[in-house]
Amino acid sequence: MSTPRLELRHVRKRFGDLAVLADISLSVRPGEFVSILGPSGAGKSTVLQLLTGALAGDGGDILVDGAPLAPGSHRFAFMPQRDALMPWRRVIDNTTLGLEVEGLSRKTARARVEPLFLEFGLSGFEFHYPAQLSGGMRQRAALLRTVVQERSMLLLDEPFGALDALTRREMQHWLAGMWTRHRWTVLLITHDVREAVLLSDRIYVLSARPARIVRRFDVPLAHPRPSAAAPQVAAIEADILKTLFHPEE
Amino acid sequence: MLSVTALFLGWEAYVQLSGISPTALPAPSRILVQGIEQREALAEHSLATLQATTFGFACSLSAAFLFSVLVDFFRPLRRALFPVFIITQTLPLVAIAPLIVLWFGFGLTPKIVLVALVTFFPMLVALAQGYEATDRDIEALLASMGASRVRIFLSARLPSALPYFFAGLRISITYAVVGAIFAEYAGAAKGLGIYILNAKNNFRPDLVLAAVGVSATLTLTLFGATVLVQRAAMPWARLAESKP
Repeated sequence: MSTPRLELRHVRKRFGDLAVLADISLSVRPGEFVSILGPSGAGKSTVLQLLTGALAGDGGDILVDGAPLAPGSHRFAFMPQRDALMPWRRVIDNTTLGLEVEGLSRKTARARVEPLFLEFGLSGFEFHYPAQLSGGMRQRAALLRTVVQERSMLLLDEPFGALDALTRREMQHWLAGMWTRHRWTVLLITHDVREAVLLSDRIYVLSARPARIVRRFDVPLAHPRPSAAAPQVAAIEADILKTLFHPEE
Repeated sequence: MLSVTALFLGWEAYVQLSGISPTALPAPSRILVQGIEQREALAEHSLATLQATTFGFACSLSAAFLFSVLVDFFRPLRRALFPVFIITQTLPLVAIAPLIVLWFGFGLTPKIVLVALVTFFPMLVALAQGYEATDRDIEALLASMGASRVRIFLSARLPSALPYFFAGLRISITYAVVGAIFAEYAGAAKGLGIYILNAKNNFRPDLVLAAVGVSATLTLTLFGATVLVQRAAMPWARLAESKP
């Protein structure tokens, strides 16, 4: 079996007296889509903050391609909860942000992202400002900004949480299609069971704070997934919900 | 606009009907006629005031920007400096203006100092608050990309402060004109302040009010200019309405 792209072993984190992460172990192999599912306030985002380097862990190991994650190495492309598009930058200049931070000139960076606008359903909006886009388009621009960084893994923090139900459903299916084509390595944080089952190869269910992994679910279905009404999908969803509501059984 | 017109018409009518002496309350028509007659002197003095205002404000803006950056990068400085700056805001202008003229003479310098004194702190506070208003998600995103602190400041904190900066600018520019006139009033060779003082001493309230009218026009013009600059500098701010 190949080395996991990312492996967490007994990772712990506390803020003063507040234990947020009690014991988190998980792994993501290259090309896998893995989700962390848990109740609100369980510390899901804390896991990502440990990975982006915004926080330092109190114990346990974080391994990237088998080696410990070095502080300040910025190995992951991160997509925050809300789209975090800069209102003062045009859409194209928002999507090149990561490349510009890496030191590419604006011209080179623009040339790199331009061909992707069509696939992300944003062509014609390159020179608009974010305020002129719909919620779904903003989220697609944010994802485009994330993938053009060409990091070895994407970290998505509840990317569709702020969207209305209809747009969220639409965006989940769109992401499923995009992922099937590109097979990025993804770690997704979500509290939406259907979203997790639709997209993931594997789902880790977190307990309430202090968080530990209650159970891991493998989703052995081909991508793209059959509709939510399909019996296998419904069975997994029911099982996850049961785990979320009665974690001790 | 309508209420202002009504006010002036009422004023004019009262002066004409009551027969009050023009040295006590001149009619708006008299102020206008005398103002036009004195237009060359008024223009000359206005120019001096405009010069003092813009120079003083430019100095204060540069200093406020410089200090805002310093304070943003070195937090302890904020605690050390802000009390001093707050004290400068509590000084009564009436007392401080003659002293500054005494120290710096009748030239441009005391006006610049006084204008800067009045406008520096509001601008500093506006900028500092603007930096603090930066979206935490945007900062976290930049940090995850490996952006340095300087980079985060330039790409996120500085543009986030723009609306606050312009709000501060609109208020400060009006203070700046008042500050300049105050400094001139305390002693100057030229300027609307000294013009007002001389007109008062010559029992010419019509000329005092003409000068007041000119200074109000000056302030409104500068205020309008900042609004135009803001529109040009922040084209995205008025776009939220036109979604596809």
